[in-house]
This record gives sequence, C-alpha cells and structure tokens, in this order.
Amino acid sequence: MSRSITLRSDTGQLSFRLVPRTLVVALLLLALLLCGLFAGLTLGSHPTSFPAVINALLQPEQSDIVLIVHEIRLPRLLMAIIVGAALAVAGLILQGLVRNPLASPDVIGITGGASVATVLFLTLGGAQLNESWLPWVALLGALVVALIITLLSGSSSVMPTRLILIGVGLAAALGALTTLLIVLSSDATAMRAYVWLTGSLYASQWKQVSSILPWVALFLPLALFNARKLDLLVLGDQLATGLGSRLAAERLGLLVIAVALAGAGVAFAGGLSFIGLIAPHAARRLVSGGHTGLVIVSALLGSLMLVSADLIGRLAFAPRDLPAGIFVAAIGAPFFVYLLYRQQRQER
Amino acid sequence: MFTSNTQRTALLLVGAALLLMAAVCSLLLGYTHISAATLISAIGHFDPSNTDHLILSTERLSRTLIALCVGASLAVSGALMQTLTRNALASPGILGINAGAMFFLVAASTLFSLSAPLLLVWSAFLGAGTAAAAVVLLGGGAKGLSPSRIVLAGVAISALFVSFAQGLLIVNQERLESILFWLGGSVSGRGTETLLPLLPFFLLAGLTCVLLARQLNLLALSDELATGLGQRILMIKILAATAVIMLAGASVSIAGLIGFLGLIVPHMVRALLGPDHRWLLPGCALLGATLLMAADVVSRLVIAPQEIPVGVMTALLGTPFFLYLARKRSYTA
Repeated sequence: MSRSITLRSDTGQLSFRLVPRTLVVALLLLALLLCGLFAGLTLGSHPTSFPAVINALLQPEQSDIVLIVHEIRLPRLLMAIIVGAALAVAGLILQGLVRNPLASPDVIGITGGASVATVLFLTLGGAQLNESWLPWVALLGALVVALIITLLSGSSSVMPTRLILIGVGLAAALGALTTLLIVLSSDATAMRAYVWLTGSLYASQWKQVSSILPWVALFLPLALFNARKLDLLVLGDQLATGLGSRLAAERLGLLVIAVALAGAGVAFAGGLSFIGLIAPHAARRLVSGGHTGLVIVSALLGSLMLVSADLIGRLAFAPRDLPAGIFVAAIGAPFFVYLLYRQQRQER
Repeated sequence: MFTSNTQRTALLLVGAALLLMAAVCSLLLGYTHISAATLISAIGHFDPSNTDHLILSTERLSRTLIALCVGASLAVSGALMQTLTRNALASPGILGINAGAMFFLVAASTLFSLSAPLLLVWSAFLGAGTAAAAVVLLGGGAKGLSPSRIVLAGVAISALFVSFAQGLLIVNQERLESILFWLGGSVSGRGTETLLPLLPFFLLAGLTCVLLARQLNLLALSDELATGLGQRILMIKILAATAVIMLAGASVSIAGLIGFLGLIVPHMVRALLGPDHRWLLPGCALLGATLLMAADVVSRLVIAPQEIPVGVMTALLGTPFFLYLARKRSYTA
C-alpha cells in the first residue's frame, strides 16, 4: 500500500483518501487546463495578443477585444470546463455503479432521454417560448429515462447487467424517436436540433453559464463525498454488503448524482458522447488509490478534453465553427478501441 | 410451436401468402393510391404515358423489391448472428455491424467521392467486416463471448461509427435529408438499378445459408459438441460470418440503418417453427420481408404526404421486444 493522505471530518461523515501521486497529476492537469484556457482566450478568427487578453479581463471597458474575450470566448470556455467535468464524473459514477467499464451516459440512454426532450421542446415551438427553459427540459428528460431504466431493471441482484441491457434498448428507441421528431419538424428547427444533437458549445453565454453552475457546484462535491461508496460497490454485491454497504440506497443515490450531472451537461452542450466514457478510463490509467482521486482527475480530464476539442472545432476549419462533438469523438474513439483491446488482453 | 413437417410447410405457405399481400399493399398504397385494376393493366399492357403506370414502375416497384431484399437479409443475418454468438440479443443493428457498414459508405462517398454502386457495396462489406471483427475481438473474454459484454462492445462500436458518420456528413454540409436517409434508414428513393448489382450478393449469401442450415443446427448446441460430431466449426463460422457481412452490408448500402428487424424476427419465427435452421432461415426471410414492407407502407401513410424513415418505425416497434428479452433472461456478466 502506498503512502496516502487522509482527510476526515470529526464525525467521520466526510472522508477523503488521496495518494500523493493524485495531487501531482491533478496539479499538472490544472496547469494544462490553464494553458488551454489562455489558448482559447487568445486564438480564434480574431487573434488577440496575450497582454490584450489580460488587459481585457482586468479592465473591462468598452472595446472590440473586451467584447470578444469577455462576452464570447470566456463564457464558452467556462461552459466547456463545466460540461466536460460534469460528463466525465457522471461516466465515472455509472461505470462504477454497473461495474462495467463500457458504461457511460450516452450508452445507457440518459443522453438519449435528454435529447428527445430537447428536440420535442424545439419542435413544439419552444424556441419562441423561452430558451432558458431548454436545460430544464433536457434534465427532466434525462431523469425520466433514468427512472424508467431503474424501474425496469428490477431486483438489485441482477441490476448492473440488466441496467445496461435495458439502457441500451431504450437508447435505441430514444434515438429513433429523436429522428422521428426531426423529420416531423420544419427544416430550420430540424437543422438546429441536429447540430445540438452532435454537441456544440457555439454561442454559449454568461446567462447559460450561470444557470449550469449551481447544478454542477451542488452535484460535483456530492460526487466527491460519495466517491468512497463506489470503492465498495465495485468490489461486488456480496463483498459490498458484507462491508456494510446499503446497496439499494447507495446505488439510487449515486444514480441520481450521475443523472443530474449528465443531464446538466447534455442540456447545455448537446449530445457530447465519449467524454463520459473515456475521461474516467484515462483517469484510471493516470492515478490509482480509490474513487476520490478518480473523481478529481476525471473531472479535470473531461474539462481538458472538451476545451481542446472545442478549440480544434473553432480553429481547424475556420471560419466555419464545427460542433465540438465531432472532435471529441475523433480524440476519444481511437483511445476507446485501445482500451477495449487492453481490457480483453488482461482477461486472457 | 409447430413441429410436424406438414404444419411447418403450411405455415411457410401462409407466410408466403402474407408476403404477397404486403407486396400488393406496398405497390398500391401511398401518396397516390392506385387501384388493383390499374396494377393488373400495368402488368398486362404497360403504358409509358399513364402516370399511375409510371409511378408503379419507377417508384413503387423498386421500393417494394428493396424492402423485400433488405427485410429478408436483415432477418436472416440476425438469425445467423444469434446462432453464432449464442446470444439472444445479437443482431446486425445492435452489434454495430450496420453502423460500421454505414460509416464506411459515408466515408467512401464523401471523402473519396466514390459513386459506383459496386465500389460502394464493397466498402460497405469492408465496414461490416471491420465492425464484426472489432466486436468479436473486444466482446470476447476468457470464457467465450459473454452476452452483456458483446452487446456493450457492439453498442459502443456502433456509437463510434455513427458519430464519425455524423461528423463527416455535417463537415460536408450534406442536406438534412441525406443525413436522415443514412441514419434513419429508408427504402424509398432508390431505383431498381441500385438494387441489381447487389442481387448476386443476396443470392450468394442465401445459398450459403441453405447449404449451412444443418451444420448451424449442430453449432447452436456448443462448439465442443459440433466438433465431436465431426463438424469443422471454424470453417462453418467463417462462412456464416461472411454471409452475415454480405447480407448486412448490402442491406445498409441500399437502405441505411434499419434496426431491430434482425433482432425480433428470428425470435418470432423460432416461437412458431422451432430452432431448426432448415425451417428457421426461410421463415425469417419471409417474415422479415413481410414486416419491413408493412412497416414501409405504414411509414408512408401515417403523416402523408411526408414519410417517416422506416428505420424509425422498426426501432419503435422493436424496442419493447428488446426490453422484454432483456428482462426475461437473468443475464450474468
């Protein structure tokens, strides 16, 4: 057992155990994320010099650069950071919950639920009604689907496997439903809904950042506090029960956290698949020693992935602004295949 | 279940009659309804200046034939896959084979601007083969193919290929209709001339199925038993997998992603005719073709004059069945 740092509250309600390596990795990732942040602030169709950016951030006056940096680039970057972290942690929790490294919000249908709700909202003329409702609608969709999956999965003894299969089935139906809604809607709405589905951070605004922030600020710490429960759950049902874990209750609690995080992420940035799948795996490669560290590292990795994917989407085909989702898949997919390959070789 | 051979033959005949009815409906119903008398006169004395005759010969006929081939192919390939993997949830849609074929097709037509039907078909085969190999490689563990892992590997592969294809289509600024054609699946808008080059593949795969039916019966028991009874199982598996890839690849290249047909039909036919492949495979071909034609007719009529992609219809009808299967069996990881 390697040396570890334990932080524990007086009652023992809160407890974190971190390996020193985790802290080093986390700091490194944080540094990388800051680099990404500055790159995102300076680069773009209207390149801005570094001092000008600093200037714009420190002294907000009326000028073009201030407008670009402060009103366009900064909220978009913050959104990428928040959404990336939320999706990554949601994926981490789901993978621990169903004890299968291939689970993620999009594979088991939670993203699909949010998508159907959003597209329904857009086709019913929600765009004219009130755009600020969109996230709530998406979140509601995600929650409803999660509820259906849990209800259909039934008794807890076979829950993990059944949950996956049922989620997979529902995801397919929800995908079909989304296509149906898009077919039924007018062309303009359809294209908009479609780009949303691919996952894009285009035109993120401060208003949206401020409405996603409370969700993530509430549920990310909750995930951190509950991480040690995942350490038990991944050991298997019998062992976890023997070690004093209330299986059903803890599963439900963790599922709610995962759905809330995934739903919020999808609501504001659309169907960004693969972050929830890959960030946790990459985190496991980098650090060991329990889920507390994994939550932190996955969150940072997810943010980093989305920030870089969005940056590539903005720059690679400039002046066109491509949905970040395409590049998330392009970065994530090869890694994913490698992962499956490795997992399979280990079992031999 | 019907077990005597006369009963089974009778059932297949009923199936054939239903197929014929579905085909006639598919020819007659749609945005413009055509009377049966017109159909008969079009067959007897084709008149190129008659609009109804033209609709029949250009639009309805090709779409009916495509639905026939694609429905039968998907159902048969689903049955083959369920036997090969001994997994009730296997089907070309769920295990990502269709998505692989679709991505390779989209890549071939957008990146390399290939348009010759034969080249496209071969790229679809390549894609289907790649996806199949990946799923078997990744879903297999120490104890053979575990049901939930192979499904999950398939879904993940499918997600990967679909998101790549979406990306390509968006980057190329394709029109929404063409995106929906690939992702939603449709049997309309393609003439018989796209179907013709594919026919040899459908026939070849069908022939393979006929020849392999007995061997597949043994393979369905277990690898050891089949080997013990003198079967060259590797050979059979490779042949059957080739048939799956041909059937699924050709179907996708002409109709896009049509899900769940390959999953449901084999189960329905097994409930009626039993697990013997000599009856199962023809039954699947008949029922698959009938169901896809029926789904296509419904998708034309529900929101006429618009059409719902037929893949959407099959997915919506198929999901409850998938959920039922997933719940019925207590799969262990």
